[in-house]
Amino acid sequence: MSWWPVLALCASAYALKAVGLVIGERLDRETSERWSLELVVVPVLAALIVIQTVSSGQRFVLDARAPALLVAAVLVWRKAPFVVVALAAAVTAALLRLVA
Amino acid sequence: MSNHPITRNALSIGVATAVYAVSFGVLSVAAGFSVAQTCVMSLLCFTGASQLTFVSVIGAGGGMAGALPPALLLAGRNALYALSLKGIVSGTVPKRALRAQVVVDETTAMAHAQPTLAAKRLAFDLTAVCLFTAWNIGTLVGAVAGRGLGNPRDYGLDAVFPAVFLALLAPQLRGPEAMRAALAGALIALALLPIGPAGVPIIAASLGAVPVLLASTRRRRVGLGQAPEAGR
Repeated sequence: MSWWPVLALCASAYALKAVGLVIGERLDRETSERWSLELVVVPVLAALIVIQTVSSGQRFVLDARAPALLVAAVLVWRKAPFVVVALAAAVTAALLRLVA
Repeated sequence: MSNHPITRNALSIGVATAVYAVSFGVLSVAAGFSVAQTCVMSLLCFTGASQLTFVSVIGAGGGMAGALPPALLLAGRNALYALSLKGIVSGTVPKRALRAQVVVDETTAMAHAQPTLAAKRLAFDLTAVCLFTAWNIGTLVGAVAGRGLGNPRDYGLDAVFPAVFLALLAPQLRGPEAMRAALAGALIALALLPIGPAGVPIIAASLGAVPVLLASTRRRRVGLGQAPEAGR
């Protein structure tokens, strides 16, 4: 396999990250506060959670991940420690798949 | 090992990531990349979903023209993340250039989940170190040892990531504005999942913040017009 695809991927992935930082630094404080840049991350993370839970490729798939997320949601709401949330999600999904 | 919660959280993210890195290593070698190419990808590209998509498409015979666009669409959200990390990613130019490389889902979510600027910076750096180490060691192990290590799904690890991101999103959901933006983002992603190419539903979800931002801009402008000293 040629090295070109590998290097092209690496260079463009880094460029995307760097472009965001450079644009952010060029914005003056007033603009970035008015546009509350931190808030943009909220819907993106929410989308990431949904996609990671109910998709397989481009298909909508309901499997053991959904009940695992539900368990995690209850634990997050009850302010359980992070590690407990992560472990509970893994154990729920693993057990459900074992039973299925 | 420190008992500091940020350290503990960063370490647990690292452990889960390492297992996924192993599967990336296995897949990449199976798709025809050498061990060296696989490791260079994890070191220099360092964005999991893009790498997995890239080697899967190439492995399926898609070629570079087929593999690069979906990989970059998936990496596109890192640009949004970097934008949101204004003021958090700091330091001299070389340091910022280095930190740019580790702007990904986990580091961004961990940073924004913290209450103070100092904690945000610490969380970003600690998560970055754990994640970078785990991702690259895991990749090497997977590329060299190959199959036979089992599927991460059997251990329920695919369910860990959404759970972790939920735990990191929760502290950011202060107030109705953030809740509405989160809900809008989730709905946009769900609606686009069957039609948009991979990566697009997640980037497009950022539009979920637009109505809230416009509303708050309008409110602020009106507020300023009426009482210049009132601020927001």
